[in-house]
Amino acid sequence: MPEAKYLLVGSSHAALEALRSIRHFDPDGSMAMITRDQQLPYSPTILPYVVSGRSKPEAVLLRDEAFFEANACTFAPNAVATGLDAKTRSVTLASGESWRYERLLIATGAAPAIPPVKGIETVRFHVLRSLDDAQGLRTAMGGARHAVVLGAGLVGLHAAENMAEAGLSVTVVEMQNHVLPGYFDAKASERIESAFIGHGVKLLLGCKVVAVEPRDGGHSCAVHLEDGKVLQADLLLVATGVKPVTDWLAGSGVDLDRGVLVDETMRTTAPDVWAAGDVAQATDFHTGKRALIGIIPTAVDQGRIAGQGMAGDTYQKAYPGGIPVNTYRFFGRVALSIGQAAASDGVEVSEREDGGYRRLVMSDNRLIGYASIDEPFDVGIMGELIRRKVDLSPVMDAFIARPVETGRRLMSEQWR
Amino acid sequence: MGAAFDTIAFKASLCDGCGDCMTTCSKVKQGASRISIVPGAAEAVFELAICRQCGDPKCAMVCPSGALTKDGGSGVIGWNSDKCIDCLLCTAGCAYGGIAVDQSVSRVAKCDQCDGDPECVKACPTGALEFRKAGSIYKEYGEREDLFVPGLSGCLGCNSELIMRHAMRKIGRNSVLATPPGCIPGMGSVGYNGKTGTKVPVFHPLLTNTASMLAGIRRYYDKIGRKDIVVMALAGDGGTADCGFHAVSGAAERGEKILYVCVDNEGYMNTGMQRSGTTPYGSWTSTTPVGEHMKGKTQDAKNLPMIMAAHKCRYVATASTGYMEDLYEKLDKAIEASFEGFSYLHIYSPCPTGWRIPSSKVIDACRLSVETNFVTLWEYTPQTGIRFTRSPDNALPITAYVKMIGKYRHLSQDQLDHIQTKVDEQVALLRIMAAESPPPPPAHRQPAAPAASPAPAIGGDASQPPVRREISRN
Ligand SMILES: Cc1cc2nc3c(=O)[nH]c(=O)nc-3n(C[C@H](O)[C@H](O)[C@H](O)COP(=O)(O)OP(=O)(O)OC[C@H]3O[C@@H](n4cnc5c(N)ncnc54)[C@H](O)[C@@H]3O)c2cc1C
Repeated sequence: MPEAKYLLVGSSHAALEALRSIRHFDPDGSMAMITRDQQLPYSPTILPYVVSGRSKPEAVLLRDEAFFEANACTFAPNAVATGLDAKTRSVTLASGESWRYERLLIATGAAPAIPPVKGIETVRFHVLRSLDDAQGLRTAMGGARHAVVLGAGLVGLHAAENMAEAGLSVTVVEMQNHVLPGYFDAKASERIESAFIGHGVKLLLGCKVVAVEPRDGGHSCAVHLEDGKVLQADLLLVATGVKPVTDWLAGSGVDLDRGVLVDETMRTTAPDVWAAGDVAQATDFHTGKRALIGIIPTAVDQGRIAGQGMAGDTYQKAYPGGIPVNTYRFFGRVALSIGQAAASDGVEVSEREDGGYRRLVMSDNRLIGYASIDEPFDVGIMGELIRRKVDLSPVMDAFIARPVETGRRLMSEQWR
Repeated sequence: MGAAFDTIAFKASLCDGCGDCMTTCSKVKQGASRISIVPGAAEAVFELAICRQCGDPKCAMVCPSGALTKDGGSGVIGWNSDKCIDCLLCTAGCAYGGIAVDQSVSRVAKCDQCDGDPECVKACPTGALEFRKAGSIYKEYGEREDLFVPGLSGCLGCNSELIMRHAMRKIGRNSVLATPPGCIPGMGSVGYNGKTGTKVPVFHPLLTNTASMLAGIRRYYDKIGRKDIVVMALAGDGGTADCGFHAVSGAAERGEKILYVCVDNEGYMNTGMQRSGTTPYGSWTSTTPVGEHMKGKTQDAKNLPMIMAAHKCRYVATASTGYMEDLYEKLDKAIEASFEGFSYLHIYSPCPTGWRIPSSKVIDACRLSVETNFVTLWEYTPQTGIRFTRSPDNALPITAYVKMIGKYRHLSQDQLDHIQTKVDEQVALLRIMAAESPPPPPAHRQPAAPAASPAPAIGGDASQPPVRREISRN
């Protein structure tokens, strides 16, 4: 039975950062990274660019064989974990093989959540989470004319843009009243929406799909909306959100809620088992409760902390809580948001619309959220101001008038 | 050996916000400036945003396309424009505003240190930006063997230990070392219990005969045909300028082929901080106390390196550990000259214990001593005469240096004026002597003075306290 002191399940951002932080402290302990992917590590975030053709699939890999050799880590692709036994410290794979570990990281990320729409199992649809998905979608796009996208989150909008640019007629159906709900307030979302509309994408907002059914011998499908309208699609993309990949953990002794429950050091409830990234349900900075925040910056932060814990690094710092971050490009334009950027109750909001759009959200003289369209800012600096709860009262006027400049100043004063 | 890299350093006190760095950067890079100077907490205070070329770059870790990588050789975090998908996640990873959107091309832009020759630094007229090459020096010499035992018993922050270890790493094993009484043997270089504290032959001459003994050793090596040995002293200022001076002067006059390094900490520090001939005017020492009548030393220091230049030595130079690049260049020349004739290197070495400076401020003291012209950096050969290796123009007032040093804490205005006058006199004399030599790189101008009347702080009112306090580090 193969074994490793450190066993990492998953090969994306969270697992890679854990690898790095383990090796920071323990250069020798045996390590293996097992992953469902056939390829060397890559990021799901790159996929829209594979769909558009801008990035070649072989050029998106984040690490090469030499990296794993240099870091004394066995890289095992095509290895789908199907079960965990925390008592015997073993992970079973679909192949029937098992891996023994001393310390385990669960970093299996998230997978597309398929909504319970009537007939969904009878039609052919696409999702976008893996390189295979992306290549499949790219091929399908070539032969399709009418695309329907379910969901106007990041994945849905990216794909809708790709398809519109490729000349398809695209309709996006979203239950909420605006695109990218949660990240942006209505005004910001409207700017993004009008860009899509300007590029010929139909947005059906506040609109619910009730059923789908195959047409044309399965080559296309009909999408039935709540209001009785019917859309015809020869390409259906489901992008209604993601759910953590936890199916293989059933009965393992690891407590699950919506994701794997972890404490502020990324430990799960099972001994010597950690979890990080999209799969983990860790503290939310704003509410202090445990939530899913499926983005790269939190995956990296959590991966680092988990790795430190696994290696026994005494300089491990507790997880301060995840802060939502969104850096989004649409048709060459820039939309950025961090923190509680869409909040409006019980907070002070400063909005500015002159060419670009900017929205600062404060509470008790502290920044808690910031969003902008067509007006870039240093997202990382604002994140620090939020995380450190910097009292901005001494610089409030300057901050509101010139947030970028003032933010840079505050951080510069920090590291001098 | 861990990695060390050259770095663009920012000295905020010298920045007057002229913006030349930004103009130059955006011209060279044909886009937005990668360096950003912003108004600070008060009038005429400026802050900086630039890529710190982090050792642990979070921009690279959050990049989904592998477009950002830290170069193991230069330490620069490189941006691969082909791989970059313009997602801007890197801007969320950076807490310093070091990678930001260049709106002219709608892509991220970051500092690449202009391939090791940053244009912003060259454009900075006040010296607020400096490209520190200590990383390269460390990388090159850090690999070499340390020729002293690990546990020397120097005081915390001892600059002499730094000099010894650096000098010997560079000089190497082919050397014979004399360490006359002083801090250097005192901290263990000559060893204990019959073992030396060095990995090269080391001996402990008298204060008075160091140069003579070395002369004999060199002659012996010459006789047996060993031309490759560096015969050298690491001596203090007392052993060089006072008690040992006749031997030093005689060896220099005879042109003995030795390398004589004087580590000048301005007094007899290991025996309890007594004054020496190089102790500057006004200094407190245990023999020039500060009381009702005496206010520190009443005589000026003698300028030993100038005296050595008057011996027409093969090579004479002054150096400071605050300017390592300069020190290393001079060490090279001094070693080479020591095979031809008397080679003298005078290294100014602030003493945290005897001068009453915090151990963490020793290198600051080195730099300020030079920036105020209290110490001048120059070299001499009989053919070229004296040549400044760092321009003495636009010096800071000596108070900038003196006020950080405890042994001058008592100085009256008269005494300060005296020191300034003597420093100016000395520089004037050196300028005359150096007049025919090629000029050093031009000095930086002084930053423009802040407005006399307190103007409101940028974007706030002047009564605001600095925001620094408000920000907790957690
Ligand atoms: C189209 C798209 C766009 C996105 N855009 C952004 C963005 O702009 N900004 C942002 O911050 N985030 C974005 N994200 C989200 C971001 O990609 C994720 O937050 C991040 O990849 C999470 O990393 P992770 O390591 O937790 O998991 P994942 O990246 O999901 O990786 C999970 C890993 O586990 C492996 N795995 C899964 N199940 C098993 C199993 N049973 N056995 C073995 N291995 C398994 C997978 O093969 C994979 O290697 C986007 C995601 C998508 C799909």
